[in-house]
Amino acid sequence: MTRPSDEQRRQMLVDMVSARTQSRRMWNLQRQGQIGTMAPIDGHEAAIVGAVHTLDPSCDWVLPQYREPVALYRYGPEILEHVMLYNIGHPSGGHIPAPIRVLPHQISLATQIPHAVGLAWGLTLQDDPGVVLVFFGDGSSSEGDFYEAGNLAGVLGAPVIFLCVNNQWAISTPTHLQTAAESFAAKAAAFGFPGVQVDGNDVDAVFDAVHTARERALAGQGPTLIEATVYRLGPHTTADDPTRYVPVEDLEAARQRDPIARLRAELEASGLWDDTVHADVEAAAIADIDAAFEKAKSTPLEPDAMLDHCYSQDTQRLARQRAGMLSGLGDQDAGGRIS
Amino acid sequence: MTELNMLEAINECLHAEMARDDRVVVLGEDVARTGGVFRATDGLFEKFGENRIFDMPLAEGAIAGASVGLAIAGLVPVAEMQFLGFAYQAMHQIAGQVARLRYRTQSRFDPAITIRAPFGGGVRTPELHSDSLEGQLANVAGLKIVVPATAADAKGLLASSIRDPDPVVFLEPLRGYRGIRGEVPDGEHLVPLGSARTARPGTDAVVIAWSHQVELACRASDRLSEEGLSIRVLDLRSLVPLDLVAIAEAVDSCGRVVVTEESPQTGGFGGEVVATVVEESFWSLEAPVVRVSGFDVPYPVGMVEDSYVPDEDRIAAAVRRVLEVA
Repeated sequence: MTRPSDEQRRQMLVDMVSARTQSRRMWNLQRQGQIGTMAPIDGHEAAIVGAVHTLDPSCDWVLPQYREPVALYRYGPEILEHVMLYNIGHPSGGHIPAPIRVLPHQISLATQIPHAVGLAWGLTLQDDPGVVLVFFGDGSSSEGDFYEAGNLAGVLGAPVIFLCVNNQWAISTPTHLQTAAESFAAKAAAFGFPGVQVDGNDVDAVFDAVHTARERALAGQGPTLIEATVYRLGPHTTADDPTRYVPVEDLEAARQRDPIARLRAELEASGLWDDTVHADVEAAAIADIDAAFEKAKSTPLEPDAMLDHCYSQDTQRLARQRAGMLSGLGDQDAGGRIS
Repeated sequence: MTELNMLEAINECLHAEMARDDRVVVLGEDVARTGGVFRATDGLFEKFGENRIFDMPLAEGAIAGASVGLAIAGLVPVAEMQFLGFAYQAMHQIAGQVARLRYRTQSRFDPAITIRAPFGGGVRTPELHSDSLEGQLANVAGLKIVVPATAADAKGLLASSIRDPDPVVFLEPLRGYRGIRGEVPDGEHLVPLGSARTARPGTDAVVIAWSHQVELACRASDRLSEEGLSIRVLDLRSLVPLDLVAIAEAVDSCGRVVVTEESPQTGGFGGEVVATVVEESFWSLEAPVVRVSGFDVPYPVGMVEDSYVPDEDRIAAAVRRVLEVA
């Protein structure tokens, strides 16, 4: 087993606490009407942070679904800025600048999985040493894209890590209504590569599993499917009411397995963490996200920005629409000869 | 100049573009070892090898989805849908992902993806091999839709499509693969996207068409010329970008307009062309515009398909109707 160092574990807890703190801050901003729908991270922190800490940001790519970006500090502070730009609804929210090897998060579930395979394949074709880590959930594993991408990755032997964060719920649909398979990891058998299950509340176990998968990928041994089992401790998103379907006793039991409490207790026992450190990390996280929020709000927005970046150059039609919009005359400018 | 059919012109272009730019990779079902079910990709595997052209598992969504990843990696994928009707199984990737990659990343990545697909009727195929989806695809912002009608344009427009930094759906008429032949410029030949072509000159009326319907419209024009009628044929060449100026110029010159297409009438791209005619050239119109199209049913089976796909008789009849208006 590959264990993270003490310093890595301390840094992982910093990232986990920061992510939860910032996610909760975003929840409040959404409730104040200042940002759009968001998906709280509570309960997913170890699965995300443990995985990302095995990667080399200079060569490895991350393709998130929608719950992960707030926990991708390892890829730089720009990620948080773009989380906030995205959540206030700015068109630049999806522009994570080069050379950061993170794609904007994906809303149409599982569509990012074939992208990950194509990207990993493209790296191989160009002798680029990186691997691709793609996040998705238990619900996404029912989509055709998961099967098509898994099959393709197996055929190609592409350097890609499929990380299925099984949080037990696809909005309100429990896992037994999602699959009759023994596990989500078991589905890898159909693709011809290994599938492993880890306790997603155990950051060391996640780190080890993803580290092993990365080593395999770098050695040319192909993909791995990892199922990290967690429990979604909050609602699906700000638009969800889990009291309609989550059994109270299940949620209470899951809270006893909280990934942050678990790692914090271990680090405190080793003298690597205490209440003061914890409070400092939370305060810094709040300061960072508030700064990112203010920066996002002050990011310029041209009146016709929504017409940019559809094509490399406006088509004749789009150019006329832009002219019409800017002139205030209506949907079309006078290219159409109305009189 | 060399006389080629459309298939040979496409094949020549693929050879040339792969030789010109080693970022160009070809992927699709049966494209490598057998050279494609129509042989459009014949010889590429032998010439460029297994790191440039790939026989893919039978999954259209993965072909389109992997193309997104390849483009992000900096490659220039040329993907084949074996038949356009099968692209329904990739539509979530084509419309939801390929088309939006530039927009959602604000041009961090160039989605320089070309999706080639044969389409259109008249060759007695099984179900879902002949469907015309160009109208549906043209309604997806971010895609370019290219529809060549001649062998020379097949070469010149495909080269432009592959080199274009935006995603292009390049539609190849099944009936034209071997049925349309013509002189094709040797060496590099580029036809810009968004520039329509006058396939037949004329002043009495204009038939606006694309892809194989251009061939049929030209036959109708030739037949009507024997009756002393001068019928222009405008070949749009690409639906997105659409050459608004050429449409206006043709309508202003002729005053009477027929639009012909193979797809079902409701929601077909022909309606967009008619709307453009009305917006650009209402005051030049001397008669109501007439549409010729498939019918509002799924593409039918072989015994009846000749009654579905507009032919030169239906196009000629439509032209006579617009000429009847005093």
